[in-house]
Amino acid sequence: MNRLLFRRARLLDPESGLDACGDLMVEGERIAAVGGGLSAAGRGAEVVEAGGLCLAPGLVDMRVQLREPGAEHMESVETAGQAAAAGGVTTMVALPNTNPPVDDISVVEFLARRAREVKLAKVHTYAAATKGLKGRDLTEMGLLAANGALGFTDGAQAVADALVMRRVLAYARTFDLLVVQHPEEPSLARAGEVSEGEIATRLGLPAIPSAAEVIMIERDLRLVEITGARYHVAHVSTAAGVEAIRRAKALELPVTCDTAPPYFVLNETAIGDYRTFAKLSPPLRSEWDRRAVVEGLRDGTIDAIASDHAPWDQDSKRLPFSSAAYGIVGLETLLPLSLELYHNSHLGLLEVIRRLACNPARILRLPVGRLAVGAPADLLLFDADTSWRISTDEFRSKSKNAPFDGRPVCGRVRRTIVDGRTIFQADI
Amino acid sequence: MQEAARDVAFRHRHLLGIEGLSPEEINHFLDLADGYVDLNRQAEKKRTLLRGRTIINCFFENSTRTRTSFEVAGKRLGGDVINMAVAVSSMHKGETLIDTAMTLNAMHPDVLIVRHPESGAVQLLSEKLDCAVINAGDGSHEHPTQALLDALTIRRRKGRLSGLTVAICGDVLHSRVARSNIALMNIVGARVRVVAPRTLLPAEIERLGVEVFHNMAEGLADVDIVMMLRLQSERMHGAFIPSTREYFHFFGLDYDKLRAAKPDALIMHPGPMNRGVEIGSAVADDIDRSLIRAQVEMGVAVRMACLEILTRDLGNGPPLP
Repeated sequence: MNRLLFRRARLLDPESGLDACGDLMVEGERIAAVGGGLSAAGRGAEVVEAGGLCLAPGLVDMRVQLREPGAEHMESVETAGQAAAAGGVTTMVALPNTNPPVDDISVVEFLARRAREVKLAKVHTYAAATKGLKGRDLTEMGLLAANGALGFTDGAQAVADALVMRRVLAYARTFDLLVVQHPEEPSLARAGEVSEGEIATRLGLPAIPSAAEVIMIERDLRLVEITGARYHVAHVSTAAGVEAIRRAKALELPVTCDTAPPYFVLNETAIGDYRTFAKLSPPLRSEWDRRAVVEGLRDGTIDAIASDHAPWDQDSKRLPFSSAAYGIVGLETLLPLSLELYHNSHLGLLEVIRRLACNPARILRLPVGRLAVGAPADLLLFDADTSWRISTDEFRSKSKNAPFDGRPVCGRVRRTIVDGRTIFQADI
Repeated sequence: MQEAARDVAFRHRHLLGIEGLSPEEINHFLDLADGYVDLNRQAEKKRTLLRGRTIINCFFENSTRTRTSFEVAGKRLGGDVINMAVAVSSMHKGETLIDTAMTLNAMHPDVLIVRHPESGAVQLLSEKLDCAVINAGDGSHEHPTQALLDALTIRRRKGRLSGLTVAICGDVLHSRVARSNIALMNIVGARVRVVAPRTLLPAEIERLGVEVFHNMAEGLADVDIVMMLRLQSERMHGAFIPSTREYFHFFGLDYDKLRAAKPDALIMHPGPMNRGVEIGSAVADDIDRSLIRAQVEMGVAVRMACLEILTRDLGNGPPLP
């Protein structure tokens, strides 16, 4: 049996509150022991002298676009898996906006098979909430969930019709399933590309008011009150959106949410002179909104951080701003950008890991995201303090569309382990 | 006069917008254009300044007057002007924009004049080209030669720009002419107002250095210049105004509304006009107050100045690696 012993690591387990120097033993696919002074004697284990590096549960990225099936020239299960491994992500959850979309059991099974072949990070998928992501007819949620779909969402677009959304939530509640919403009222965002305000006005670009987010969240929260379904808001990016969710949590509605690093490390000024790499959906917001997102992460209103990985080739991004695609790649920058919250003293290290691993696993009801005996050995060894510069050329992802090239960051992945297997090791 | 003008450097390779230019640079354009106005009124108008130069008019959006104005300007200076009409429908939107740029670049033009329906597209093109690029209008962003010709028209009639009050009225939301004029008038020290219904104003427009009005009588009070904007029905996704009849009633320019302005206030419009929508015919054709035809004349002179300035430092050697 494969054995691996980490010695003298800074063990970080948000679930139990553990943050101490210690050892961790992996046997086979599981964590066999956590504690001090573990010995490898007589057990033939590979010993990793961690020397104070952080050992944490592998990251659980609850929002990744794989582009497979349908657009493998931009990304595939394999290249996304390599990017995930290099980024310390041991579980990723795919959005259903592929071609064909994940609205049928066969596509769920296809992705599962591809993940088994590739054998890098674990791959799960959401399924479409409506057939063909068209916002009208419900998918076979019960059967899709029974075959592995972790939740239901129309991906990068909102379920616009209130009646359809009510039925999605009510039907999902029948089977206790998770519904994930892209929080944007489409009629207010139609043809918009950037946040409404001075920058949009100067650049002459069609704008989206930040109210488009909170209007959709508030509508859905009323429907959650009626239906009682588990509801998750993806990439919250506005102060009003964060506040609406804060109030809903105070009322103990079954609501959770995530955000993505660009929404707490950048604001709308990153667009500069029509930088399409800063064109996101939802759009980058004002500095005031950015600070509200940081505050939401700090007080726990925002449960999780996801990469919102959206690979696009050059042909999709090197276009006039209005024609360019929305989104950036994020798997390989998720950890260092999230660690900015730690280095800027907004969150403790344990709290950063909680939002990257522990909370997403809890929301998705996956048995990962913790350093517990018997849990799957999905681990991340990282150095929280090494400073380096992001270089998009070095990305494993097939697409390099990120606005972070050259950005100095702190904290680097050293080793990524899935089910006891090392899937990435930094050559340092 | 021209020798003195040459001393002022124009520090840019392209003319992509008014924002970022200095008052000296703007005056440099206007001083040079002033001379060309006189030339254009002579029987013999031909110069040889651009002999051997290739100028390509590359219009991704329909235009007759701007394209013709550039063509006349280029030919008067002795350049070879080629018109390329690229209907957007035949392109897959911006998909082939970079390809188009590379193709044009291979023909070694000296100046490319570009109009494109998307904001920022001309700048994107300019990044891929070895030649000078003039923005002839990009989406709702900028239309720098229009602002320069408006400034020249005003300066010749009023003798100055600084200290004047200019009201820009109408569809500011979709207007690149408005954005370029707001920038220019701020740079040269004029006061700018915008007058429009709230649905036709972009958010935080006041941050661009304008006073905002929603009522023509108040907005036009004591102004020196009334600039009307074309109601851009082609850019209207959805209903911004209930009807053209209601629009004219509240925001269309007629003598009644003009009474609020200074007695010698002048009227401008970038054309083409929607008569009876944003401007009444009687006002538009008032030879004492309307500068609309003068604007067209100034357009050619300003574009000649732009072509001269942007080609001035072009060498004859091969492009640098």
